[in-house]
Amino acid sequence: MTRKEFLQKVAGGAAALALPLSAFTFIDSEKLFAQVKADASPVRWGFLVDTTKCTGCGFCVKACKLENEVPYSTSASRTWVERYVETKDGKRYADSPMADRDGFQSTAIDLGEGKKQDIAIADVEKGFFVPKLCNQCEDPACVQACPVGATYQTPDGIALVDRTWCIACGYCVMACPYGARFFHPIYNTAEKCTFCYHRISQGLKPACVDACAFGARQICNLKDPNDPVTKIIATQRVAVLKPEFGTKPQVFYLGLDEEVH
Amino acid sequence: MLIHAEIWTLKDLFVLPNENIYWALQIVLYPFMTGLVAGAFVLSSLYHVFGIKKLKDIARFALVFSFSLLFVAPIPLLMHLLHPERALNVFMTPHFTSAIASFGVIFFTYASLVAVELWLLYRKRFVTESLRYREMKHKRLFQALTGLIYTILTLGAYDISEEALHRDEKSSKVAAGIGIPVALFLHGYVGFIFGSVKANALWMTPLMPVIFIASAVVSGIALCILVYVLTTMARGALERRKAARNASHVAAHKLKADPVVVKMTASYLLAFLILAVSLELLDLLFRSYTAQKSWDALRSVIFKHDFMSEFVLQYGLGELLPLLLLVIPGITIRRATIASLFVVFGVLMMRYNVVIGGQAFSLTFSGFMEYKMPIIPTSIETYKEGLFGGLTVFAVPFLFFTIVNKFLPAYSDAIEPQAD
Amino acid sequence: MKNAVWRPILVVLAVVACILVARVFIVPKDFGVGPRGYRFSWHRVGNEADWKKVMVKYQGSDYCAGCHQDKYDSIKASPHLNIQCENCHGPAVQSGPDGKPIGMHPDQIAKLPIDRSRELCLRCHNAGMAYPSSGRENMLTIDPNEHNPGVECVSCHNPHSPSL
Repeated sequence: MTRKEFLQKVAGGAAALALPLSAFTFIDSEKLFAQVKADASPVRWGFLVDTTKCTGCGFCVKACKLENEVPYSTSASRTWVERYVETKDGKRYADSPMADRDGFQSTAIDLGEGKKQDIAIADVEKGFFVPKLCNQCEDPACVQACPVGATYQTPDGIALVDRTWCIACGYCVMACPYGARFFHPIYNTAEKCTFCYHRISQGLKPACVDACAFGARQICNLKDPNDPVTKIIATQRVAVLKPEFGTKPQVFYLGLDEEVH
Repeated sequence: MLIHAEIWTLKDLFVLPNENIYWALQIVLYPFMTGLVAGAFVLSSLYHVFGIKKLKDIARFALVFSFSLLFVAPIPLLMHLLHPERALNVFMTPHFTSAIASFGVIFFTYASLVAVELWLLYRKRFVTESLRYREMKHKRLFQALTGLIYTILTLGAYDISEEALHRDEKSSKVAAGIGIPVALFLHGYVGFIFGSVKANALWMTPLMPVIFIASAVVSGIALCILVYVLTTMARGALERRKAARNASHVAAHKLKADPVVVKMTASYLLAFLILAVSLELLDLLFRSYTAQKSWDALRSVIFKHDFMSEFVLQYGLGELLPLLLLVIPGITIRRATIASLFVVFGVLMMRYNVVIGGQAFSLTFSGFMEYKMPIIPTSIETYKEGLFGGLTVFAVPFLFFTIVNKFLPAYSDAIEPQAD
Repeated sequence: MKNAVWRPILVVLAVVACILVARVFIVPKDFGVGPRGYRFSWHRVGNEADWKKVMVKYQGSDYCAGCHQDKYDSIKASPHLNIQCENCHGPAVQSGPDGKPIGMHPDQIAKLPIDRSRELCLRCHNAGMAYPSSGRENMLTIDPNEHNPGVECVSCHNPHSPSL
């Protein structure tokens, strides 16, 4: 062979050797097609909300913000309480001022941009409060939507966000049908309720569950048949929010009204 | 303390505490830009793949312009991300269950294809220029650098014999042919990004990728007509002034755009415009006919809150008016250019109405949001997603084009005639 | 190579190779697929431990009883028995305005806030929000505009034993 051909071959061989083979194991097919392992975790966290007991006091929202380092002055929150009022003449109103961080201090419904609609108690046909939080769905649309693998589902069912990897594109925020996600104002990454993962992993209850003096919020292990809350979910008539999206939410509601979306 | 996007979101009635218009101006501009890229490429393929000889000049221009636009396309994304320094994570750990993750693969594939096609088309010029600069004596630094760039661009392939150029041409046809589906993917995936969001009642439709592709092709062709005509006019004016100074004559074809080329391109624009409008109306018709749970809120957004931007600006000025201008027989260059201007505007409004419109109603279906685009930037956030951020994105492609045009001249009279 | 087209193709392949090599150095070693498959658990496994390590702020009333047994016993014998001490006084680990923790009571923080405002009590006891079918039907409520407006509730009602 000529000198040119020899040099070409040496250059090619050196380049090929320089590339570590591990660089090409981009996708390990075994791992890629890993099926859900039934015994992956003995725990699957679930939540029960009893809207008949909620008084809208907002202590849960306050506790959540302080426990999870979401600045108190922001309007967004990992959990919030909604107020629904139906008047005797058939009009319906709903609001959640500052996510009910301070409790509902006014009978005037917040209509946005400073506008309010005062409703006297005598005109109310039906009124109630609905706490909401991340539903920790079994098939979370938000996790599927993350382009970089920053948000994921733990073996025990909680969807978490890796703050060191999130690029803050906002696709997960768009994908969540429940409005549970937002951008943390300080870390500038996607933020959501984690069922106080740091607490439940040590046998404590989420901050909102402890803070609720009325027992409207309960956490449970759906895989434990002896868990009293799991028993309620199994035996009583419960509902979930927006089941039509197929996300299989794991927050169950007692007393959910048709007005609640 | 304001959450990101809270500053430009106005809320009306019952909106969830975490809801804001997170996808603002930059997300409107990204599909607009990639649409222009894909559309310009399809136009160039009409000559390079389907061999429509009359479109040779505008096809060359479209290809170079598409390439310049391509490098601008990631800019709106980088402006939108709150962590743009982590943007490469999409290449490092792509999660392909998300349509956005395919950005890395699709964008890179398309960029490679266009680069290869352009390289094949301009290789002869790279070689001749490289040799010319090498021959030059007493080069200034700028000339030495230019010469070096041309040498690098040749990639060492100095054979410009007839058969080598012929092989180039055959390969470029293959690249252009593969490029068409890739260009369609480039914009189809953006449509899929929106169409697959089941949580959003306005975005969720299988028609979304098709609508996006059709309007992308429309915008690309229209922009090429517009820029081709305007820049040809500008260059013609420069030539005339030069001729007046030298008291010489200017060739007629250098003074203005070729009317046959413009008319033929305009007819393709009309065809795709009819397709795009039909698809959009089909989507609207289906939604109003089936009237699902979200319809009351959607109807309020489409026919009330966004009536101006939807029906007056997009459907009216942006689609119906250019349709009429293009359909009336006896089309002139002027009419085609004006129609193209309105078409480009219409496609921009379509992106705006989809992106912002989809966030204009709350998940509660009982509340609405309005996007108050920041005009005067008071922070990095309001610059990036405000008017000046948008203007930056609009200005950059022309800057890129000026640089690219130096090495890959888009205008046929600036390069040597090649083997046909 | 006879056909010149291979040259730019090689350039493209070289760029791809660079990206693949860069991945080896940039992607954290524990990034991979979890038990829920690629679709739902493509992530950096170490992040799960990161989240478990977050500091617990609310300690629970039993923690407070360690020093404040009298208040604890008093509230537990009252209708407020289910309200945590930290609901009104804030968590034992206090935070700054940015949400980040600044210290724990009693080690770094001598006193927890005592909120004497009417708004605190009105979270629950506002008759205006005692809607039929809400959770407030069985609660004692007042109209804040009628019942001693402007006066702190705690001037008359001891929150740890509120019945008069």
